[in-house]
Amino acid sequence: MKIVRVEEIEDAVRRLSMDVNYYIRDELREAYKKALEKEVSEIGKEVLSQIIENVELAASEQLPVCQDTGVSIVYVEIGQEVKIEGGNLYDAINRGVSRGYKEGYLRKSVVRDPLFNRVNTGDNTPAMIHVEIVPGDVFRITFMAKGTGAENMSRLAMLTPAAGVKGVRDFVLKTVAEAGPNPCPPIVVGVGIGGTFDTVGWLAKKALMRKFGSRHPDPNYAKLELELLDEINKLGIGPQGLGGRITALDVRIETAPCHIGALPVAVNLDCHAHRVGVWEK
Amino acid sequence: MGEVIKRITPPLDDKILEDLRIGDKVLITGKIYTARDAAHKRFVETINKGGQLPVDLKGQVIYYVGPTPPKPGYIIGSAGPTTSIRMDSYMEPMLKAGLKATIGKGYRSWGVVDLLKKYKAVYFIATGGVGALISKKIKKARIVAYEDLGPEAVMELEVEDFPVIVANDIYGGDIFEEGVRKYQEIALPFKIERISEV
Repeated sequence: MKIVRVEEIEDAVRRLSMDVNYYIRDELREAYKKALEKEVSEIGKEVLSQIIENVELAASEQLPVCQDTGVSIVYVEIGQEVKIEGGNLYDAINRGVSRGYKEGYLRKSVVRDPLFNRVNTGDNTPAMIHVEIVPGDVFRITFMAKGTGAENMSRLAMLTPAAGVKGVRDFVLKTVAEAGPNPCPPIVVGVGIGGTFDTVGWLAKKALMRKFGSRHPDPNYAKLELELLDEINKLGIGPQGLGGRITALDVRIETAPCHIGALPVAVNLDCHAHRVGVWEK
Repeated sequence: MGEVIKRITPPLDDKILEDLRIGDKVLITGKIYTARDAAHKRFVETINKGGQLPVDLKGQVIYYVGPTPPKPGYIIGSAGPTTSIRMDSYMEPMLKAGLKATIGKGYRSWGVVDLLKKYKAVYFIATGGVGALISKKIKKARIVAYEDLGPEAVMELEVEDFPVIVANDIYGGDIFEEGVRKYQEIALPFKIERISEV
């Protein structure tokens, strides 16, 4: 049996909070460079150059790449042979977020109540925590700092089975086209298909938390991911929506079985900063 | 698209605004004010009650930003633009109070594009998601109102060569519509509706 102490969890979350905001992953930096090579619009190229310059500056001075350091989404995969010791898992995660956002000079962007009493909690807690029990003895935390510019442009639809692939494709394209410049393109698109109303949104978020450039294990969906990427890049939105060929950097789909009468689809957009980090024990 | 870079300093008068066209690259030097969702709500509540705003908006520029806290030795933290459309429903009273320009990212609803024409004001965009880079153009920062709002407090910023692009001018032009029209290479079976708050 593997033991994981809550102190380790708190520290991992604290470090992830800061690291994802200061340091953009190598694979994403590569994607920016490739995008710059492919982009044809002059203003689009300028925007991509600024994005590249910004991530270098942020890393060298440990500054957040974006002022919206996001709501903290923490996805914990716990192997069923793992034992957590020393306290409460949820409290440890929130202590990690609180310390990371305070010690790292990150913006606190969470209000206690959504409607009647929108008062800032002051330390970016609570995090949005998702826990899944998995086989084996893995303990993995995937941390995402999710800005709201792209989150607000995300959409969910309860399609019917007759809508099929075309229905899903049109819904993804419509969501991206209507979002236009608002989610900070070039974007990353997470698509959830299947499950129920409650699970499909989480599938889309999980697609965003998956490794950049990774393909769905089912070749039908893997192909659809690449086709959607190609079609999104024909919408003409371009970097920052100013016109161009690079609107998205990646499209990833997550799927689940669903009811005989249902075809839920969720499209979760992420901005070009696409801040995700992983810690494993 | 204009290749010439225009330089402006607030307060802005009609002569300056008449010269700005969509696509123009503009460098702003001088004082601008920050405000986002919560501060706009208070501004407009104050206006509606007939009260006095903490900032005289006549000819001024509002930057939609909620910066990160400054690290020791820094003037400000990361400070890029936030999505402007969330402020659309507050626009008319702000324009009536004399506001002449806003800086943000993303499109405005068509209602705001009309309001900008009506009140002779412009909408600038700064590049979203490059807040570290933009922070270097800010030379001074101080809170002038609503300190209790934390990252949403109203600040006066002194900026130097702060780079923006004209996205909506006083003539009703819209940079995003033009851009997509130029580069779209796919026929869509649906109409693209702009998300609207006005």
